Amino acid sequence: MSALFVRDLSVTLGGKAVLEGVSATFGAGKVTAIVGPNGAGKSTLLSCLAALRKPDRGEVRLDDISVAGLAPRLRARRIGFIPQTPEIAWAIEARILVGLGRTPFIGARGLSQEDAVAIDRAMDLAQVQNLAERDVSTLSGGERARVLIARALAGDPEWLLADEPMAGLDPGHQLDAADLFRAMAHEQGKGVIVTLHDLSVAARMADQVVVLAAGRVIADGPPAAALAPDILARAYGVTARYTEGEGGPLIEVVGRAG
Amino acid sequence: MRRPHPTLAHLGLIGLVAVLGVVSLGAGKVWVPPATWLDASDPRWPILFDLRLPRTLLAMAVGAALGMSGAAMQGYTRNPLADPGALGVSSMAALGAVLTLYLGAGAQAPWVIAAAGMCGALTAVLLLLALSGQASSVVTFLLAGVVLQTIAGAGVALALSLAPNPWAVNEIVDWLMGSLADRSIDDLKIATPFILLGLGLLLLIGRALDALTLGETGARSLGVNMTTTRWLLAVGVAMAAGASVAVTGVVGFVGLIVPHLLRPIVGARPGGLLIPSALGGAALVLAADIAVRLTPAAGEVKLGVAMAALGGPFFLALLLSMRRRLA
Repeated sequence: MSALFVRDLSVTLGGKAVLEGVSATFGAGKVTAIVGPNGAGKSTLLSCLAALRKPDRGEVRLDDISVAGLAPRLRARRIGFIPQTPEIAWAIEARILVGLGRTPFIGARGLSQEDAVAIDRAMDLAQVQNLAERDVSTLSGGERARVLIARALAGDPEWLLADEPMAGLDPGHQLDAADLFRAMAHEQGKGVIVTLHDLSVAARMADQVVVLAAGRVIADGPPAAALAPDILARAYGVTARYTEGEGGPLIEVVGRAG
Repeated sequence: MRRPHPTLAHLGLIGLVAVLGVVSLGAGKVWVPPATWLDASDPRWPILFDLRLPRTLLAMAVGAALGMSGAAMQGYTRNPLADPGALGVSSMAALGAVLTLYLGAGAQAPWVIAAAGMCGALTAVLLLLALSGQASSVVTFLLAGVVLQTIAGAGVALALSLAPNPWAVNEIVDWLMGSLADRSIDDLKIATPFILLGLGLLLLIGRALDALTLGETGARSLGVNMTTTRWLLAVGVAMAAGASVAVTGVVGFVGLIVPHLLRPIVGARPGGLLIPSALGGAALVLAADIAVRLTPAAGEVKLGVAMAALGGPFFLALLLSMRRRLA
């Protein structure tokens, strides 16, 4: 099984250590959630995984090759990335925006039939076919988030890295997105790595949870183990309970840890 | 709103340029009846082909260069106010060309002026990209443009005050105002290869500009090499806009107005705007040049002045409509 490996990763930004000696293994065929308090280094770790940031020390490997050494176009075909606060500079139609996901495949002749099929498929998966002709500047935040998920799916990458993909989605569409990510991982064998704030969503959706605090990994394992009360107390400074709710695990934050 | 098919939009713009090109050949103090246009023995034939044709072709080349440079700069910076004229690229090219005056008579060869213009433009684009930084917010970008305009203005003023003779001062001032009048086939031969090469380089970054709609991080995650893109943009704009300025002086606002007018028609995808903006720029400069030739005045109104009179208010209106976004 294919895997992304992070070995002894350190990143310093403006004299402050954002990541310190982070090591972890992300498996294909699984949904992995990266959680942690604000400023823990979740987004930085994700952008290192996508080779968008060069770590000061350590490296990211995809199976036996260094991600940093991959040609950008080839890397972009294998690793899809959804930024946290995506910028959309121009008022273009949603379908054209989704088509940007084909950038690493497009030759001199422009979009091919194959590209058009991939775009349609991605829009079906993200349930945004009805928005195809709409100008993205007129979409709601949630609609835009789904169009951006479709944009990442259009390249059909082996790895999908998404920074806070659930932010701005209503509960129904959160469930749909979680189902989509799980289906990608479990049925198509792709690797899905997401950063999340909502711990219950992480517990329900992820097969593996990596907990970051102050730039270090403090837990890495199945949700029930990684999101145990003692770990959440260390990471967030809160008292929390891990319970089994009707629809799956539920993490109830009781209050600030004494 | 349904947009016309891209091919249809391209053909429409080509048709517009062709019609304006013919009108441009016909416009002037001497009326040449179309029936005699193909008759080389007619005494009016040289007026058409030796005097007016270079001017018409130069208007097309310069318009295309400025239009596409504006579209490419806007796409790269994700800023609808970017334009070689408004952001000081043309002024820096003009400064480069003016400075050749001090290199001695031997350096007055036309290609030296063109090269100096392109060097000035390249310096400007690189400074602009450096000054505005990676975030390239609209405000920092405009401020960077103001800085460049100021530097170029000061440089030109210095050149004027140190000019060797009044004749030189006159020539600089005249040329700075931007005009297509009395340009020869030699001017065309110098500028056109550089303009075409520059436009070719800009066409190479169409896909990268599309991807930049998602911001720099988004574009990089799609495999776009930002360093290559930045250099192709800088050299492409420097060659196209620099060579244009070297033969016609400063003609501003073409790159600002044209992409803005075309976006509702051909769509806002930056890569898809490059060729329409070149065609639209050619049409706009042809039209403006016809207008200044036909304006009844003692002397001819300078093209650069006419474009500024048109573009200044347009720039202001655009800025006002963007106020909410800038706040």
